[in-house]
Amino acid sequence: MSTEVDIILRKYKPGRREDLIPLLQEIQDDNGYLSEDTIIKVGAFIGLSTTKIYGLATFYDQFRFVPAGKIQIKICHGTTCFLNGSQAIINKIKEETGLMPGQTGRDGIFSYDIVTCMGGCNNGPVVSVNGEYHPHIKPEQLPELIRKLRYIIEND
Amino acid sequence: MLFTIQVNNKKIKAEKGETILSALNRNGIIIPTLCRMKDFTPTGACRMCVVEVEGRERLVTACSQPVEEWMKIKTHSPRVITARKTNVELLLSNHPDDCLYCDKNLNCELQRLSEELNIRERRIRAKKIKPRLDQSSPAIVRELSKCILCGRCVRVCEEVITSTSLDFINRGSLTHVGPAMDRDFNFSSCIHCGQCVLVCPTGALHEKHNISEVQENLNNPDIIKVIQYSPLVTTDIADELGIKYNREFDRILNSILRKIGFDKVFTTGTGTDICITELAAQLKEKFDNKSDTPLFISACPAWVKFAEQFMPSVIPQLSTVKSPQQITGVLIKTLVAGEAEVKPEKIFSVSVSPCMAMKFEARRDGMMRKGISDVDSVMTVRELGRLIRLYGIDVTNVEPEPADDPMAGRSSSAALAEVSSGMTEAVIRLLLYSDLNKDADKQLFKKIRSGGSFREAAFLIGQNEVTTVVVDGLTGLEKLKSSIASGKKYDLVEVMTCPGGCINGAGLSFSTSKNDIKSRAKTIWQADESDAINLPCKSPVLRNLYDKLIKENKEISDKKIFYTHFEQRKVLL
Repeated sequence: MSTEVDIILRKYKPGRREDLIPLLQEIQDDNGYLSEDTIIKVGAFIGLSTTKIYGLATFYDQFRFVPAGKIQIKICHGTTCFLNGSQAIINKIKEETGLMPGQTGRDGIFSYDIVTCMGGCNNGPVVSVNGEYHPHIKPEQLPELIRKLRYIIEND
Repeated sequence: MLFTIQVNNKKIKAEKGETILSALNRNGIIIPTLCRMKDFTPTGACRMCVVEVEGRERLVTACSQPVEEWMKIKTHSPRVITARKTNVELLLSNHPDDCLYCDKNLNCELQRLSEELNIRERRIRAKKIKPRLDQSSPAIVRELSKCILCGRCVRVCEEVITSTSLDFINRGSLTHVGPAMDRDFNFSSCIHCGQCVLVCPTGALHEKHNISEVQENLNNPDIIKVIQYSPLVTTDIADELGIKYNREFDRILNSILRKIGFDKVFTTGTGTDICITELAAQLKEKFDNKSDTPLFISACPAWVKFAEQFMPSVIPQLSTVKSPQQITGVLIKTLVAGEAEVKPEKIFSVSVSPCMAMKFEARRDGMMRKGISDVDSVMTVRELGRLIRLYGIDVTNVEPEPADDPMAGRSSSAALAEVSSGMTEAVIRLLLYSDLNKDADKQLFKKIRSGGSFREAAFLIGQNEVTTVVVDGLTGLEKLKSSIASGKKYDLVEVMTCPGGCINGAGLSFSTSKNDIKSRAKTIWQADESDAINLPCKSPVLRNLYDKLIKENKEISDKKIFYTHFEQRKVLL
């Protein structure tokens, strides 16, 4: 894993603060999350303290610090989706998975995040499952969806 | 260039390039500020300093807006006052209501602002946050529920201390200030210097108190209670207690401490004298061995931790001599214990210091013998003030008394060490004196006494040219690194974490103003001019210690107790 980070780092010039966000994004795309080791490495590479990098990364919803589950659910909590009842979806997902946003279950199957806008405002509330969008989701559809997804993973 | 602007329908003079705030302050108009720190670039984050500028739709932050010729400003219009008041009310909306029990009670800027703005009830209610209390550091307590996110600590830690151990974590209502990976202080790169505590406007960051521990031991009749105080404490405790300092107060403090219940009172200055003597010996040995590695003074515990984390290559060059507090501490646990014929564990040894990192240093690995720590408890000047008030001592009505033997006095060099460059000056002076047998000219040291955060000077001692450098505040380290990288050789390097030295320490009274701190260095230098005992070797106390007490005590005659060791620390940098 750490070697993969090194490969990504090689594409950048050291010591440039402006590269920090693209660099973190690329590592997260590749690795799924930002581990403590990567934050230390990036810090040494850019020339910033880990405190600053952690502070910056926690500012943005897009970065996560624990590995995501095999099924990564994103629930839109933007203005339109919120008005269309995304809070009920969030409550239902909490109930179904027993997890808090940003957490990953012990079995490593599910993780969900609350995001601000995915650009599907006319189809709200929008839920994305591993990058696939599900428009107009209703809370009562969720147990069925989660059961299906779990079945696929467990029998894969 | 001066021009006139109109403020509250009166004309005042303003200078081109300055901010509205500085023009107003110069003309006697006071505006509340909160996130502003002197000598820092303004951020305009708290919006407490807003003023109304005619022609501008929105209120303008006076701390960051440059003043312009056409401006007509209102500083206390109803709109401005409402805005400021609402600001404070919003800050108070989720603030805990426990001013009475707060560490910063009566010293709190938020408290003062809400009083000034006449806030008499909680108008805006918000959900209170109840984050975990971070008590992991031996020196600093982080109470996030009281944090108003002004960002002063974050900026001091980054711009002055350069260890960058604090930053804002998360966003919006979840924002809080903390070290990397949201860990506790003891796992972080925090060097416990406490400068963040000095700038915190509320009680969100404060020192870890040792008062109850000290009280408990004061009440124990089976234990000998011993206290040492550093040379700066006498002047500063006078500030803390609100009385005017004079030289007599040095001796008055001794009897105050005895009245509280301490059996023995010593001055840390004696330890400083030993520290200077041992350092001079190390430097001399270095020249005798013709070694060209620099000797880094390690008396500043915050700098030592900084070096252990950020500059591991320097660790072998750090002087192994303990700091004055620890030297005095170890002498208490050996010599004094021997004289009183008690076991060292039956002595409770307290130190009062202007430094917060000393609390951390007393807990360091190499600072104990046979499982008994050299110093048991470290108090700041503020804590000592509390203790004196707690015991109800009328400080205006106390007879002066001398401190106790064998650490009753100090040379004026020992006080010098509280100012940045002082330790270097003392060591060089001592070496010059032993070489020529007469006092060195004070003019020699002008170059290292003031002028920037990086001050070099060379001295000729006997046949050797000694190059010294004083790094005053950790911002000077960059210059030191590049200077060393370019091949420059130094013999003696002094680094002080707090700009100015211990006179700017985080354990000092909150009531001491920055101007007082500047004048304090002058007072110390002036006292040094007139003091007959201006070098450790002239101090009878020290001669008695070295020639008799230490020499005759088999346990400590090898002086090993004055030395310690340092090693690299693995923390998140």
